[in-house]
Amino acid sequence: MTDLVKDERQNKTGASSGPGGDPGASRHVQLRDADDVVLSVEDLVVEFGVGGGSTVHAVSGVSFDVRRGETLGLVGESGCGKSTTGRSIMQLPKPTSGSVRLHGDNLGGMPSGQMRRARRKLQMIFQDPISSLNPRRRIADIIAEPLRVWGSSPDARKAKVAETLEAVGLDPQLVADRRPHQFSGGQCQRISIARALVLEPEVLICDEPVSALDVSVQAQILNLLEEMKERYQLTMIFISHDLAVVRNISDRVAVMYLGKLCEIAPAVELFDRPRHHYSSLLLSSIPSADQDATTSAARLDRSGGEMPSPVSPPSGCRFRTRCPAATERCAVEEPLMRQVGDGHFVACHHPLEVAEVVASGAEGSVERSADGTPDGALRPVALEGV
Amino acid sequence: MTSIDAGPADQRRDTRPPAAGSAQTTAPGATATRPLLEVDQLRVHFATPAGLVRAVDGVSLSVRAGEVLGVVGESGSGKTVMSRRAMGLVGPGTTTRLSGTVRYDGTEISALPPAELSKLWGSEMAMILQDPMTSLNPVKRVGEQIGESLRRHLGLDRAAAHQRAVQLLRSVGLSEPERRVRQYPHELSGGMRQRVTIAIALSCDPRLLFADEPTTALDVTVQAQILELLARQQAEHRMAMMIVTHDLRVVRGHTDRVVVMYAGKVVEAAPTRTLFAAPRMPYTEALMNAVPPLTGSNHAVLRVIPGRPPNLLAPPPGCAFAPRCASAQERCLTEMPPLRSAADLAGASPGGSAAGAPAGGPAPAIAGTPDDHVYRCWYPVGTEAGDEARRTNIERGHTAAGTPILAEAV
Repeated sequence: MTDLVKDERQNKTGASSGPGGDPGASRHVQLRDADDVVLSVEDLVVEFGVGGGSTVHAVSGVSFDVRRGETLGLVGESGCGKSTTGRSIMQLPKPTSGSVRLHGDNLGGMPSGQMRRARRKLQMIFQDPISSLNPRRRIADIIAEPLRVWGSSPDARKAKVAETLEAVGLDPQLVADRRPHQFSGGQCQRISIARALVLEPEVLICDEPVSALDVSVQAQILNLLEEMKERYQLTMIFISHDLAVVRNISDRVAVMYLGKLCEIAPAVELFDRPRHHYSSLLLSSIPSADQDATTSAARLDRSGGEMPSPVSPPSGCRFRTRCPAATERCAVEEPLMRQVGDGHFVACHHPLEVAEVVASGAEGSVERSADGTPDGALRPVALEGV
Repeated sequence: MTSIDAGPADQRRDTRPPAAGSAQTTAPGATATRPLLEVDQLRVHFATPAGLVRAVDGVSLSVRAGEVLGVVGESGSGKTVMSRRAMGLVGPGTTTRLSGTVRYDGTEISALPPAELSKLWGSEMAMILQDPMTSLNPVKRVGEQIGESLRRHLGLDRAAAHQRAVQLLRSVGLSEPERRVRQYPHELSGGMRQRVTIAIALSCDPRLLFADEPTTALDVTVQAQILELLARQQAEHRMAMMIVTHDLRVVRGHTDRVVVMYAGKVVEAAPTRTLFAAPRMPYTEALMNAVPPLTGSNHAVLRVIPGRPPNLLAPPPGCAFAPRCASAQERCLTEMPPLRSAADLAGASPGGSAAGAPAGGPAPAIAGTPDDHVYRCWYPVGTEAGDEARRTNIERGHTAAGTPILAEAV
């Protein structure tokens, strides 16, 4: 899973091999042609009309691929299009343009019957575990519903439900006949996970699955997702605004801003050496023991934290209105994805040098700490390794 | 204004950069006298059809002038109800049972009628709420909402209030304040709205600011800005602040002292640095460990806290955390540990954790020794008794509460 760069040389650079063959194909530079790519998203565009002739550019040309067994983290601020990206992979709603391929089959071009069958392999978990379960149905029925739709026999359903409940750490005997309101948020999220897994999907899209949960319960769910990924050989897309959570669960992380991908890199690499100014801003915004770091994060951002409207996004690089390094070029020319390291891609005309990243104070949020404790870990030194 | 507090002119003069850190902003003069806010044995119980919910169950704490106190806890730990009760926003009612006292600047305010309390609100103490959308009036212009408290508490006329509102919006970093005062909340983004609520809270120069999850609804970059803004305002105004949050990273970076709450009780309190360097209460330690780290390799298995917070209708008889605690012994299941200080422990013989506590005695007041590290545990982390309790549980494979325990998970 960590061997992500093996086939990098075969990427779809240039007009010759890129689908469509247009100059924009170099946006897909980070895509890989490897056989084990399960899900491939190319040039995904999602736009919503909002009346008065204006359009919300929610997702504007996002491309990425996900390998079998890989977890791709999708981070960004609210309104950056990360949830829309997740949903349009499920074709809910269908993207305005671009393609989503599952094992090479374009989901967008499928007739609805075929699409329904394909969707078995794609499942989703949502943020609010309680409202995503029907309060009037029993847990066993909620989890069995997908099986019923696909016509398995009552006995097979019962066995499968019990097995899945067991897998997510719930006792089928105690749980099956109850209803969602009898469970806590964490337990409801376990039930949601069971419902998503009961059809044995290949790809699990998690949209902020732990944001509504308390820290102690969040850790349980994150560990469970890792376990389920292992057990069911899942490929995951993990959407979250919580950077620490994403760093821990993802193999690779993609940073989104205003409908575009800024940077995509292996998780630890991205957090240690962000090259896009937006990634760096995000990371230095994580509260740290050292107030200087937070202060400098706030100063890095020239806009007071305001994201421009997705109705009329800035020309060129969409981050330029907040970027400390923006030049005239950024206003006229949209930066394309290019490789800056092993599996590390960035869409920026003036990417941060590794040394600069340190100087900008971003390092304060991940390494420095007033009392010498590794700040990010929050763990007291005395307890390390106990 | 009392002797603790400098006059408004003096406050304005203090323009030290926030980078100095709030630990330094607690000026020596400000700490010498009695605390600004003293909460003693506060209880808030709600009678519900299902039974009595002990939302806050005997909380004592203090906030000194110029100090930033963090109150951490999970949802349902009582931290919000506690802070609202401390401010006087939770009054007695047919289903609300209150006891304990709240003293503000030496005056008991817990028994004051609402009319008296409202004189304190705004000018002496103010509050920022989590959701800036619901805490602003959607049908009133931003300027009017700021002006309301200025006119009421400071007696400004309409024109002066408007002018002051513009100044306030500028001081909280809103662009084009002249235009913003005429806008409605829905025309502003979440971060801007939170700046407006901060401007309202700061409008009458309160000496104590309650911030209840001030950044939970905000994006991380906006959160950084709002936290910085609060730190700067706090330093400039020498304001005392109580930040109520579930986010340990926020607490670690932005407070002088921390109170950890669990099931309506204070389970640990210490200066921030002490707490993060050496937590004593196993709950605090477990909370820290459950946060995904920002260093090291990814896919780290998080050390979970088993189970979930107790039902406040029927809290367990002993320590409320015992059913989830890796150190729990038989004693924890039957006997509620009192709040003890680290100093007491040092006086007691090593290993004799029980000897350190006056059995059944009242919890020592935190207010007396503000720098003290107190915790509510029979077998504190990092002590011989604590280590031994943990070892015993690992050997027998489960805690006294029957919770299975794995050596590698501890």
